[in-house]
Amino acid sequence: MTEESTITIEVDGRALKAAPGAMLIDVCDAAGIHIPRFCYHRKLSLSANCRMCLVEVEKVPRPLPACVTPVNDGMKVTTNSPMAVEAQKGAMEFLLINHPLDCPICDQGGECELQDVALGYGSDASRYAEAKRVVADPDIGPLVATDLTRCIHCTRCVRFGAEIAGIRELGATGRGDHMTIGTYVEHAMGSELAGNVIDLCPVGALTSKPFRFQARAWEMVQRDGIAAHDGVGSNVHYHLRRDQILRVHPKDNEAVNECWLSDRDRFSYQALSAADRLLKPLVKQGGEWRETDWQSALEAAAQGLAQARGDDGNQLGGLLSPSASLEELYLAKKLMRGLGSANLDHRLRQADFRGDPPKVPWLGGPIAELEEQDLVVIIGANPRKDQPLLGHRIRKAAMKGAEVVYFNPLKLDLNYRAAQWVANPRDWVLEVANLAKAAGVRKGVVNKIKVADHHKELFKRLKAADKALVLVGDLAMGHPDYGLLRCLAAQVAEAAGARLGFLTPGANGVGAALLGVTPGEGGLDAQAMLAEPRKGYLLLGIDPGFDLENPAQGLNALMKAECVVALSSFRSPDLETVADVILPLAAAPESAGTFFNIEGTQQGFNGAAPPAGEARPGWKILRVLGNLMNLGGFDFNTPLQVRDEALGMLGDAAPDNGFEPDPALELTLPEAELLRIGELPIYSVDPMVRRAPALQATADAQDAAYLRLNPEDAKRLGFTAGDRITVSQPQARKAVFEARPDPAVPQGAVALCTAIPGSQALAGRFGEVTLEKA
Amino acid sequence: MANEVCLRTLDHDQPWSLEAYRAVGGYEVLKRVLQEKTAPDDIIAEVKKSNLRGRGGAGFPTGVKWGFINRSAPGDRYLVCNSDEGEPGTFKDRDILRYNPHQLIEGMIIAAYTIGAARGYNYIRGEFQEPYERFEAALEEARKEGFLGEDILGSGFDFQLHAHLGAGAYICGEETALLESIEGKKGQPRFKPPFPALFGLYGRPTIINNTESLASIPVILEKGGDWFKDLGVENSGGTKVFSISGNINNPGVFEIPMGTPFKDLLQMAGGMKDGRPIKAVIPGGSSAPVIPGAQMMELTMDYDAIQQAGSMLGSGAVIVLDDTNCMVRVLERMSYFYYEESCGQCTPCREGTGWLYRIVHRIEQGKGRQEDLELLDDITGKIAGRTICALGDAAAGPVQGMLKHFRDEFQYHIDRKRCLVSAGG
Ligand SMILES: Cc1cc2nc3c(=O)[nH]c(=O)nc-3n(C[C@H](O)[C@H](O)[C@H](O)COP(=O)(O)O)c2cc1C
Ligand code: SF4
Ligand code: FES
Repeated sequence: MTEESTITIEVDGRALKAAPGAMLIDVCDAAGIHIPRFCYHRKLSLSANCRMCLVEVEKVPRPLPACVTPVNDGMKVTTNSPMAVEAQKGAMEFLLINHPLDCPICDQGGECELQDVALGYGSDASRYAEAKRVVADPDIGPLVATDLTRCIHCTRCVRFGAEIAGIRELGATGRGDHMTIGTYVEHAMGSELAGNVIDLCPVGALTSKPFRFQARAWEMVQRDGIAAHDGVGSNVHYHLRRDQILRVHPKDNEAVNECWLSDRDRFSYQALSAADRLLKPLVKQGGEWRETDWQSALEAAAQGLAQARGDDGNQLGGLLSPSASLEELYLAKKLMRGLGSANLDHRLRQADFRGDPPKVPWLGGPIAELEEQDLVVIIGANPRKDQPLLGHRIRKAAMKGAEVVYFNPLKLDLNYRAAQWVANPRDWVLEVANLAKAAGVRKGVVNKIKVADHHKELFKRLKAADKALVLVGDLAMGHPDYGLLRCLAAQVAEAAGARLGFLTPGANGVGAALLGVTPGEGGLDAQAMLAEPRKGYLLLGIDPGFDLENPAQGLNALMKAECVVALSSFRSPDLETVADVILPLAAAPESAGTFFNIEGTQQGFNGAAPPAGEARPGWKILRVLGNLMNLGGFDFNTPLQVRDEALGMLGDAAPDNGFEPDPALELTLPEAELLRIGELPIYSVDPMVRRAPALQATADAQDAAYLRLNPEDAKRLGFTAGDRITVSQPQARKAVFEARPDPAVPQGAVALCTAIPGSQALAGRFGEVTLEKA
Repeated sequence: MANEVCLRTLDHDQPWSLEAYRAVGGYEVLKRVLQEKTAPDDIIAEVKKSNLRGRGGAGFPTGVKWGFINRSAPGDRYLVCNSDEGEPGTFKDRDILRYNPHQLIEGMIIAAYTIGAARGYNYIRGEFQEPYERFEAALEEARKEGFLGEDILGSGFDFQLHAHLGAGAYICGEETALLESIEGKKGQPRFKPPFPALFGLYGRPTIINNTESLASIPVILEKGGDWFKDLGVENSGGTKVFSISGNINNPGVFEIPMGTPFKDLLQMAGGMKDGRPIKAVIPGGSSAPVIPGAQMMELTMDYDAIQQAGSMLGSGAVIVLDDTNCMVRVLERMSYFYYEESCGQCTPCREGTGWLYRIVHRIEQGKGRQEDLELLDDITGKIAGRTICALGDAAAGPVQGMLKHFRDEFQYHIDRKRCLVSAGG
């Protein structure tokens, strides 16, 4: 705000500076002058329907709603004059006449905006002597509970759906006081951001289904944290009673998650008390699992690893979750290096490690700048489901007019207008190559193909765009020609003067890359250390049937190993099959740590809840292991000491997408009648998310279980919806899935997700599959 | 001195036909305007001079409204005609559509030319099947004659006009709810400002006028603003199409000069039914506060006179009540209407209209309480002036009027638990 463009208004006798045209309520909020409101929300369009914010403006004979009244110079406002207070009380009385006033049995009780404001503006006796409205409650899915009799019709949820979630799921039907909020035709909300309506609803009409009836607001304490399920690193508040996390709310951070939270980050806490939570150390003795004490377990682990290593550190491999904290990753790396192993990786779902890797892959710029882009080319990703709040930012850009173009092997269900260039998994690489050729790339695979006009035109627009971005995501990383895709994408970005970004895996993919949780000199990457089985493995925070690119190969290698030590928060059949020692690991909300989010922001957090059972924070477990194995430099007393040493090692290393593209890389994915597309579903990304019942009950999770193929292919193969189909892949066991014809899948491809029940038997995320009726 | 403007074809055979309209000089003004390429500002000046005030109810000067459009700004503009006519008692636009649709079309083309709109809509009340068909037929004729479409009469001016049938919601007569409805959304008024002239249909500058307002334009431009103004009285130019109903012998539509004494209008309408005494008149549609019969007999039918009497001329719908009408029942029926028709988005109207109705209903049922009348006063005060659109005021007005003039009758219902009228009081 420059001097000339500021005006002065007077509110309750105070002179306030403001930008001309700003809404009165915003100016008052900034000055700490509180005006009651229900419908207004700073992230939503103005609707001015609740009439709670009425104030008196000099020379205006009637009260005006502050949320839609623009300020102008010299305006004199009173928020607490008799006229204003009478008007606010009037609105309050109207809001309460049909409200059930069932605060004692309402989940919102104690944190209800209506209740709070009613204390100030309501009257103690009702003058309303007529029958109250009662509304039937629709079932809108596993996340949000409805009690619409309490609704005050502020339409925040409706506007949220239309403007933020991008799906008009909730709407108001009926007129007058018959107006009700609903989904029109009763169905579940399908948004990945649906839970935000719980925060937006000022009353108890929309509440958290998993949380409801568990605790009162005043019984809980609030602790801060960082969500651990994607690279956004949403800031959260954990709400606990008696040391148990009962719910998760967003904590405002405009640069990161604004005031939103993805459903994944909101409801995954349910896994903390999952039935298969690992509460005690487990050691396998004579093929039997036995619970034991920490000391024995740690000794067994140290001994097992030492034996497997023998005198060759190269016999060990470390597979670390990209969602582990900086502290855990740092100590795990230190341990592996101390044991003389350079075989270390966090890129567990990546299929192809050819070519020079980017130094420290990251988003390429601040999260908030996503919404400022003019053109975004997205290669192999579905940000809406992969990193929902990044998807939200890209949607914002699109709503402001940005062009968004997707290159994917299947069509996505998007909530804004975008171009989707879909081709089967092999042709998809060629599509990207076409764009690279249009960008002037002349070596390698591009030579064999022909550029179409639309590639040339897209490149022209990309080049002309002021702010252009090329994003490469998880689906590309899981492709056996990722090295090539990455190289092509980088060349396109370079030629167009566009920014390049990587949608890196996990909550701490950037931290892992900064630390170098990647193969050292001569070391093996995540694929290689399983393709060439080692004798001993350290697994941190993963379930090998679900978190590896090629679970068949991975489980096989782990099975053969002499010793597998796993740090895990949960038991799992696969872990119990392959591991020898399983050490109970504190989950992210139970431990202090540091994440670098996808834009490179360092965010520290403390343990909000004590670890379940005897679980311990990863840094403590690794510290003792280091000491037991007589490796020096493991004497830490606090996680801060670990963090400081880790940060010291990083020095001023910074995220950097730079690498040397190798245009000579060949296209390796062979042509086949049917090629698999192994998407990573939104509610399968990590062991916690997979154990949150509410998330698993969503349509997103349930739909991921199907084998989807193009209706033409289905017809050709004689499959119909509901058929049980046996899937075979080379070097994998067979597995059976239910068929669902789906035109979103191109011909010649089979969408069959990774990290879903049954997929542990399968091999790589892409590659040939054969199908037959079971 | 009747039917000189909007209903001027009424004497002709098939008054709705193109022939009948031609016979009264129809489309000549349009031809002249397009041939001479009359400056839009001159048209606006003439309309301002005529003192034509919006016939949809608010009485806003039409020429002034048109002047709000910035014709030099780039992009689309729209012209919309409001034929939703849902206010109880009002049925004048229906007759304009039925008997003189071409004049509305000509008026709309001229208005579109004036504001530079290439597309227009006429939003017609859902129940108006016959008028809708007449209007569609007239549109077809006008298209054939080259009055609509591209390059109208070789002038280079393009204008496409479409009819849009509503679906039975009164609130869709409110101009911004109407625009939402055309856009395919739920008919809910928008908060204003911005007004439609700035942010209208599909977010583009839009002029929206009532059927009668637009149908008056060709005659005003043919005979001059002064001629029109002089038909009426100070502040109320021209003639007005009144729809008069109630306990009278000859309910119907009468186009007469503004300022005509009410008793003359009553006489045209055949006088009171069975010669009964006039009890009260609702002078401007159901939302206008009621005026006692005796007072009404002294008033003239124009904006100022009715306003000074504490009511409003509104859409010119006159409802006449005699001594057989129980005011509690009358109010109950009207309150029920506003309760049913509130769109439900803003708190005072959504909750208040239901509350008002339930109280009046209770009183009518003989279950009134002593505090009810004060409560009604208080609730209307908390609705009026505090809602997004004027439906809130429309719901409050009748209650306020009734309580002002017929409070005793309500008190009687409360005290005696029965009706004063049927008790022969
Ligand atoms: C609840 C409500 C209903 C209305 N219904 C109508 C209607 O049926 N017809 C109409 O012309 N105007 C109606 N209006 C007035 C319009 O909003 C608007 O003022 C009018 O169409 C403007 O045209 P005019 O300037 O020619 O009068 C209504 C207003 C309200 C608040
Ligand atoms: S006053 Fe009534 S009809 Fe108008 S916007 Fe408000 S709720 Fe809707
Ligand atoms: S907050 Fe202003 S009307 Fe609701």
